[in-house]
Amino acid sequence: MNRTVLRLLKRLGFYALIAVVLFYAIFPFYYAVVTSLKPSSELFRVDFWPSSFDLVNYARILGEKSFVRAILNSILVSFSVVFIALLLGLTASYALGRVRFRGRTSVLLIILGVSMFPQVAVLSGLFEVIRVLDLYNNPAGLVLSYTIFTLPFTVWVLTTFMRQLPQELEEAAIMDGATPWITITRVFLPLMWPAMATTGLLAFIAAWNEFLFALTFTLTDDQRTVPVAIALISGGSQHELPWGPIMAASVTVTVPLVVLVMIFQRRIVSGLTAGAVKG
Amino acid sequence: MASVTLEKLNKVFGNTQIIKDVDLTIGDGEFVVFVGPSGCGKSTLLRLIAGLESITDGELSIGERVVNDLPPRERGVGMVFQSYALYPHMTVYDNMAFGLKLAKADDQTVEQRVMETARTLQLETLLERKPKELSGGQRQRVAMGRAMARNPQILLFDEPLSNLDASLRVQMRNEIAQLHHRRGSTVVYVTHDQVEAMTLADKIVVLRDGRIEQVGSPQTLYQRPATRFVAGFIGSPTMNFLPAELCDASPDGCRVAVAGVGELDLHQDAGETSGQRLTLGIRPEHLRLDAAEGDNRFTIVNVEYLGNEVYVYLEPREGDTLLIHRSEAPSDWQVGQDVALHVDVEHAHLFDASDRALTIATQRHAA
Ligand SMILES: Nc1ncnc2c1ncn2[C@@H]1O[C@H](COP(=O)(O)OP(=O)(O)OP(=O)(O)O)[C@@H](O)[C@H]1O
Ligand SMILES: [Mg+2]
Repeated sequence: MNRTVLRLLKRLGFYALIAVVLFYAIFPFYYAVVTSLKPSSELFRVDFWPSSFDLVNYARILGEKSFVRAILNSILVSFSVVFIALLLGLTASYALGRVRFRGRTSVLLIILGVSMFPQVAVLSGLFEVIRVLDLYNNPAGLVLSYTIFTLPFTVWVLTTFMRQLPQELEEAAIMDGATPWITITRVFLPLMWPAMATTGLLAFIAAWNEFLFALTFTLTDDQRTVPVAIALISGGSQHELPWGPIMAASVTVTVPLVVLVMIFQRRIVSGLTAGAVKG
Repeated sequence: MASVTLEKLNKVFGNTQIIKDVDLTIGDGEFVVFVGPSGCGKSTLLRLIAGLESITDGELSIGERVVNDLPPRERGVGMVFQSYALYPHMTVYDNMAFGLKLAKADDQTVEQRVMETARTLQLETLLERKPKELSGGQRQRVAMGRAMARNPQILLFDEPLSNLDASLRVQMRNEIAQLHHRRGSTVVYVTHDQVEAMTLADKIVVLRDGRIEQVGSPQTLYQRPATRFVAGFIGSPTMNFLPAELCDASPDGCRVAVAGVGELDLHQDAGETSGQRLTLGIRPEHLRLDAAEGDNRFTIVNVEYLGNEVYVYLEPREGDTLLIHRSEAPSDWQVGQDVALHVDVEHAHLFDASDRALTIATQRHAA
């Protein structure tokens, strides 16, 4: 009797804890969704339940040409970053994880070290680079700068993963007559999907949400990415902060991320734990 | 056609020399087995032949061609790895077809070669499976199939059976032997297991610290080991070694004194110097036990009954390696009993102070 009560209490405590964590994690987003669905007249009444279902904010946001353009820019930039980072990361990780050469460890440490700098530290230097390359106010400049920040992490994770693949697998491919490029693309790549999905997704999220570079390296509305576009949404007057549209815009651009994570969720988990046990 | 010749082959890793001046000829169609203790360089030598390691010095030829600088795919070799190393994301069919496709064989040839190989290895029903859906023995066969699919002239195996359990190992051992008979390709095979070496090999190469200790047929190595190392390495249970002193030598033989056993007349030609320190080597089955008499007295410390035979372990006079006697079951010997040792001099081996085997005197006359 006593034991069942105790077990029940433990259960309860467990779920209570989960509820707290979930609430903590989800509430801000939930509140954003609720706010975005309100007409501006009700904006500053605190409601915890959706009191209305008004899509006017969404209509306004998606009706704005510059915002739609920003979404397209973001998609272009983020996918380019992911593609380039994975391509370079994969080839670099082959060299760093598989080829024995002098100074390999130092190279890895430098790569990791680079990623520790705060963005602001490289901002002015990068600005010069981008001006020299004539990429100012051009999404390509963003792709370049995001890749610089994404690559170290990508290379690091992929190298760790690549090292865990058995040596004999590569040698078997060599015996079958495979060149390094074929070994990477036909033998390693299919085995590295989990790691690729994980790093690719993280690179995507980083590129999608980046603000500082996007603000600094673009000038005109039609070159902006979503985070900057959201920040620059202006209200009817100088003194009005248009919360409704801002929330609607935020929700609009977050949903794709959530969907992506859901799709790749299983891959990510297996990517993070792969190699823990021998298959 | 597909003979392999190693001439003064050397391999250095960093500052350590792993393979030292290895000379070896492997004939076309021969089944050659490398054995030796762990770390002696068996795998390294195999990988040098495969082309997975670069040759530091010396010359390696396959057929008439020097292949030192050729990549593996141009050497006409196939390799089976210890861990199989099958491509996990490919089906059995694709695993075997991979090399053929890379060699730009046309679809029909690929299919024909793969199906042929699959038939030889009884893999036809498994072609659509992934490696993780196969048993250990089946994976082993796929690994062999992958190595064979391109029809290499030389097959290399690096401890291919060491991941299998005992009964499967016997079965696969037989399959490999049959396969070799049927295909007739040259095989180089690395193993720890001397039963595998004895049963499979046409020629056994015993390696020690990167050098060849002896090359010969299983019979030669068992019956006439050239050194004490080979004598101790080949044969299970291992040969017994007893310190002996040379009393008298003549052109037809010699007389040695062995502590406890007494004086023995052997056929070996021991040269001239009497008083030499020698080592008597005698296999467990060439010892006879009797009731103890006089000084010939050894204590039984353990008796192992194996069903068909019995191993009796005896306390040695010197050192701490137990002496082993092997006989057909049943046997009445008991632990704690004292027994006398009798050596079958026809089968005794004698090693000099530098552990080289002394030759039989009559043999030398005949030669
Ligand atoms: N890539 C390498 N770099 C440095 N040393 C190596 C390398 N590969 C092998 N060795 C050394 O060479 C020696 C022989 O290794 P090898 O793998 O040939 O031994 P083996 O006879 O196959 O042993 P085992 O029976 O345990 O497999 C070992 O001492 C090993 O440490
Ligand atoms: Mg080895």
